Amino acid sequence: MINIIWFAMLACGIAAAAIQGDIQTVTRATVSGAEEAVKTALGLIGIIAFWSGLMKIAEDAGLIKVLARLIRPLARVLFPEVPPDHPAMGAIVLSMSANLLGLGNACTPLGIKAMEELQKLNPSKDTASNSMCTFTAITASSLTLIPTTVIALRAAANSHDPTAIVGPTIAATAASTAAAVIADYFLRKARTGGMKL
Amino acid sequence: MIYAINLFSTWAIPALMIIIPAIGLARKVPVYESFVQGAKEGFNTAVRIIPYLVAMFVAIRVFQRTGMMQFVMRVLTPAAALVGIPEEVIPLALIRPLSGSGALSTLAAIIQEHGPDSQIGLIAATMQGSTETTFYVLTVYFGAVGIRKIRHCLPAALVSDLAGFLVSVLIVRLIFG
Repeated sequence: MINIIWFAMLACGIAAAAIQGDIQTVTRATVSGAEEAVKTALGLIGIIAFWSGLMKIAEDAGLIKVLARLIRPLARVLFPEVPPDHPAMGAIVLSMSANLLGLGNACTPLGIKAMEELQKLNPSKDTASNSMCTFTAITASSLTLIPTTVIALRAAANSHDPTAIVGPTIAATAASTAAAVIADYFLRKARTGGMKL
Repeated sequence: MIYAINLFSTWAIPALMIIIPAIGLARKVPVYESFVQGAKEGFNTAVRIIPYLVAMFVAIRVFQRTGMMQFVMRVLTPAAALVGIPEEVIPLALIRPLSGSGALSTLAAIIQEHGPDSQIGLIAATMQGSTETTFYVLTVYFGAVGIRKIRHCLPAALVSDLAGFLVSVLIVRLIFG
């Protein structure tokens, strides 16, 4: 599916530019997109290094395993393939907590850490494992308790109650996360059943 | 309650920065050496993500800047109206999974135009807060470990975005009706 979406975005964009007689836009968009990609990646170096360092201390102190054991009941349902006291489980808990607490720049590095641990358990290294799909789908569904950026934006626009959207946001987040877990489960079943999606 | 959670969020990182090394020291971990050893990974991980991000960002920018995105929006509007998503928030729904900064500026524009406490403004704010930049998360997470075949993960994530959007509309109408 990603191959088709990726090609469609490029092909449709180029076709649209050609029809409008504005083909230079394609080149400009390509250059700025590529630049932005490198800036984003390089911007992550320091913060990934920092959290990887802190997580290494936590791992060597045995803290990650303690965390993993704490959520064993939930983990067994969501990630049945991950051994209960494997460091991957601790990394998953930390990453999800960072997202829930809105710890901004800790989220990506901790998520990457969890993926690296899951990759150690993955039998085929270029294909996503079930646990990776579940974990990524849950993260991409957003795990938010307090949408701080949105509240700030509403306050700046003189809302009479900037935090009024917190309740609705938590409800909608719960729904999108539940949908992610359910969709992940059924799409996986559909695919292993031979259905092509 | 909100204040308490905000306070907790700002203290969480400094607290972790002291608690983790403190426990490490208590358990005889050479904390400085461990930190440096772990931190070595930062550079390689960031570099490993680059090809994935270039592929994704170029496709998204071409799609966006050539006017194709506006065209898709116009086509999608009647379909979205059919499931009850107001047409004013369609641009946000479409850009949300693709671009974090794009979504934020779209939200700002919607709030500017309709007011932060209007139903449209509330729906848009809830949509923004309850979903993620799906393509970015997938690209970075799978890119970081060098996975090219992501199986059913993209459709699963997009289904969850759609669910977030629909519930945002429903819940705002229910509470602020």
